[in-house]
Amino acid sequence: MATNNLGPVLSAFERRPESLISLLQAVQESLGYLPPDALGTVARHARVPRSRVYGVASFYSQFRFNPVGRQRVAVCRGTACHVGGARFILEQLERTLGIPEGQTTEDMEYSLETVACIGCCGLAPCISVNDEVSAKLTPKKVRKQFKQARK
Amino acid sequence: MREKIEVSINGSTVAVDSSATVLEAALERDLFIPHLCHHQDLEPAGVCRLCLVEVDGRLVTACNAPVTEGAEIRTDTEAVKETRLGAVELLLVNHHRGTVDCEEGDACELSAIARFVGVDETRLDRYRRPDRLLATDTSNPFFEFDPNICVLCGICARTCDEIVGVAAIDFVHRGFDTTIGSAPGQQWINSDCVSCGECVVRCPTGSLSFTGFEIPEREVTTTCTYCGCGCGIHLGVSGDRLVSARGERENPSNEGRLCVKGRFGFTFVNSPDRLTTPLIRRNGTLEEATWDEALDLVAERFSASRGDAFAAIASAKLTNEENYVIQKFSRAVMGTNSVDHCARLCHSPSVAGLVQSFGSGAMTSSSKDLGDARCILAIGTNTTAAHPIIGLQVMRSIRAGGKLIVANPREIELARYADLHIQHRAGSDVALLMGMMRVIVDEELHDPEFIEARCENFEAFRDSLAEYDEATVEEKTGVPFAEIAEAARMYAQNSPAALLYAMGITQHTHGTDNVLATSNLALLTGNVGVPSGGVNPLRGQSNVQGACDMGALPNVYPGYQKVDVPEVKAKFEEAWGVELDDAPGLTHLEILAGVTAGPIRAIYLVGENPALSEADATHAREAMEKVDFLVVQDIFLTESAEYADVVLPAASFAEKDGTFTNTERRVQRVRKAIPPVGDSRDDAWITCAIARRMGAPGFDFESADEVMGEIASLTPSYGGITHDRIEQVGLQWPCPDASHPGTRYLHAETFPRPSGRGRFFPLEYRPPDEEPDAEYPLVLTTERSLYHYHTSTMTRRVPGLETLRPEELVEIHPRDAVALTIASGDRVRVTSRRGEVEARALVTEVSPPGTISMTFHFHEAPTNVLTNAAYDPVAKIPETKVCAVRVERA
Ligand code: SF4
Ligand code: SF4
Ligand code: FES
Repeated sequence: MATNNLGPVLSAFERRPESLISLLQAVQESLGYLPPDALGTVARHARVPRSRVYGVASFYSQFRFNPVGRQRVAVCRGTACHVGGARFILEQLERTLGIPEGQTTEDMEYSLETVACIGCCGLAPCISVNDEVSAKLTPKKVRKQFKQARK
Repeated sequence: MREKIEVSINGSTVAVDSSATVLEAALERDLFIPHLCHHQDLEPAGVCRLCLVEVDGRLVTACNAPVTEGAEIRTDTEAVKETRLGAVELLLVNHHRGTVDCEEGDACELSAIARFVGVDETRLDRYRRPDRLLATDTSNPFFEFDPNICVLCGICARTCDEIVGVAAIDFVHRGFDTTIGSAPGQQWINSDCVSCGECVVRCPTGSLSFTGFEIPEREVTTTCTYCGCGCGIHLGVSGDRLVSARGERENPSNEGRLCVKGRFGFTFVNSPDRLTTPLIRRNGTLEEATWDEALDLVAERFSASRGDAFAAIASAKLTNEENYVIQKFSRAVMGTNSVDHCARLCHSPSVAGLVQSFGSGAMTSSSKDLGDARCILAIGTNTTAAHPIIGLQVMRSIRAGGKLIVANPREIELARYADLHIQHRAGSDVALLMGMMRVIVDEELHDPEFIEARCENFEAFRDSLAEYDEATVEEKTGVPFAEIAEAARMYAQNSPAALLYAMGITQHTHGTDNVLATSNLALLTGNVGVPSGGVNPLRGQSNVQGACDMGALPNVYPGYQKVDVPEVKAKFEEAWGVELDDAPGLTHLEILAGVTAGPIRAIYLVGENPALSEADATHAREAMEKVDFLVVQDIFLTESAEYADVVLPAASFAEKDGTFTNTERRVQRVRKAIPPVGDSRDDAWITCAIARRMGAPGFDFESADEVMGEIASLTPSYGGITHDRIEQVGLQWPCPDASHPGTRYLHAETFPRPSGRGRFFPLEYRPPDEEPDAEYPLVLTTERSLYHYHTSTMTRRVPGLETLRPEELVEIHPRDAVALTIASGDRVRVTSRRGEVEARALVTEVSPPGTISMTFHFHEAPTNVLTNAAYDPVAKIPETKVCAVRVERA
């Protein structure tokens, strides 16, 4: 049942299975993430089973099933960052923010995700917060950058 | 004939089907090739990579490699063995049990394969990764999913998609996290799953398994007791208890598949609530009695109520043999034709209508052939809920590229797959269908040769189409004419086109007209007399077709032989050795009305529950309360039995022999799996015992088989049917003699009417008896849940079904809900001119604006207290599909 008001978003797309990915992108664009009932609405519009919508959406890392925080923290996992210790950065962030990767803090302030490559390999390891890049990070720098936030 | 080609398998040349895959060719020659993701019912997937073979020196997966002339296939080269061993090892370590000696035993095909390829457990350790134990999903009451032992063969997801058509589950997430799921963080129960268990049956590893499964000591093959699909079932028995059910693959009606009721719904038989002894009302309460006491009392009271004072209500849940005996008892012993059954409330217009137009009221096609239709028009049928296995044929037709038109005010499940969903106003079917026919005639899409060669009365019919102009049709149906025209073209241009219908067509004051409209449409387009077309009234109960065939109807003897035709009467008088009445008897509603305003003083109510099933049920209850002598014969103390003077405990379908005739006219065996519980007896035994105590001859049957002998001798369409002949596979009537193979589809050459032609009927639109007004602004339409059956006497005694659908829900569109400040879950009161009922609301777009819907499964919310008993003048069916109501928060 469409409790969400996605009508205008959906109506730009043909009611065919081929529209599925574009629909998911548009809905995520509009809501910031893909809540369960939106998956159902998309399924109905694209005339595909709900399970297929989730199957497809969960296959691509670009889709989120949890609301994003006001600050979207993305840890780069590109080769350079990986070599530079991205996983320690991620671990530190998980600890500092108190959420695992893919989740959002209860106050909706932060969400944490990983991305393939931000494109600043010279500055590895790096993260982006709402598209603003913090470079050459260490766990300690991370702790400092996010300390205030997590009191 | 399939073409054969020659290939060489491991050096020997063999002839194989040219359409086969390498795997099929090998398996057919009993040459085992390990395979996990292949299933004979599914399209090849090629994901497990275990079925490796060498074809002309190249490694290929056998399950999706077609055979080619002269191919050299080797299943045992070193390359095959080595690659395959690696694949098995990887699967094993990714599978939590990770061992060859799996506790699932034979249920696990992976461990069997591991033994076959000779996995050395010590080699596995080099692959092992940290264990990742995931919780077992036990949310479904009937089965559970342990993701840890899932090998991602995808058979479950493909079964659910390809066979069931629901696609409740799919591969979700990616890489190492890939699993089977439905939605973020959701459990199985919250998916679109309809709990059919088909995926569980096919799971090769036991990752999906039936909860509390017991291996039966023995199995008995019989026919499902629920809907008219008439699925073949192997009932598993341990001691005197039913413990399992599985589909019979050899049965053409279901080919091994079952729905949730058939697979899991048998446990009501073991219920402690079963009636086990006769009861007699003494000083106002029902007290236990012996069979002798009960039968003597019934015989004495019935003896004093012969003729017009007596009426019997038989049941579509009884076997043919039992229905035969009951109607014979009413006619030959009680001297009245007042015997009817619940078909009056469901398909009497099909009989009344299709007999006029086609000469026979039965479904014209076979269930299985419906899957080959190029177009299906499903009107007034929620097929996947009420006839799940026929629903699978609809899915099959769609998968093969057939068109689907759903005409239903509600957005039923099938609407999701439809090329066109027409949401016409409840009760406007004649306008819709005649509107479609007008388009077909105007655009010359009809079939003039067929009409010329096989039909009559076309001109009068064509003239009556004039009334159905665009504006009128739009006004009556509430559907844009363009949509109706599109439906008309789709139906006319994709042949064969099959029309399916159920209660949405029949349960109206103009139900017979609706039926005639469907037959007009099929005749007009030449869709009759072909295997995958026709007009297909889907029968709701296991033996509603049979109960009608057996003459549990007030105007006909078995085989629809009319009681008022002198030769027919003479034939039965001679056979039964008594004088018979030639006046048609009373129908269902008339019998109950006849208590207050007529001659009825004694009612023999067998396997029926009018207290919940009858329109305007309050009146039915009053009649049962008031009638001098009410005998109720049933397996449970139903709501109706509480009014009885004598209650006779009957045996369930699993406790007796006989036959059911399913919706596709197939007469199939019902077999005794366990002895009757307690002191219960099968219905034929009981009726015969009453008859004998009344001194009547002709009720000394030793077996159901013997009853069938008498049926066959008096019923031309059953003339060739004996229990022996249907031992393996049921026969479809007409089957007039012992050498006749049965009839797959009706009216191939002629129609069984005096002229031999199909007849068109001019039709006039008539609105429902009750339409919404200021005081009762909404329309109530009734429906059925997949998880329950009729008045739920049986299904509510199956705990899992009760879990899946525990209560009545008033389905209401968000627009109406907002106006009434109702939210899902709120208790609401629904009031009609006849009564009021309370239940919880479900706000959903499935219901169209202005229309609410309810089932009639729940005694706590007896929906039929609300419905309108105004009836069709011909078929005398009440209008349970439309009445005016008002809804408010309770
Ligand atoms: S039980 Fe039936 S509906 Fe449910 S997932 Fe399995 S196959 Fe699909
Ligand atoms: S479809 Fe009908 S006959 Fe078949 S298993 Fe289900 S209820 Fe029984
Ligand atoms: S059976 Fe052929 S790949 Fe699985």
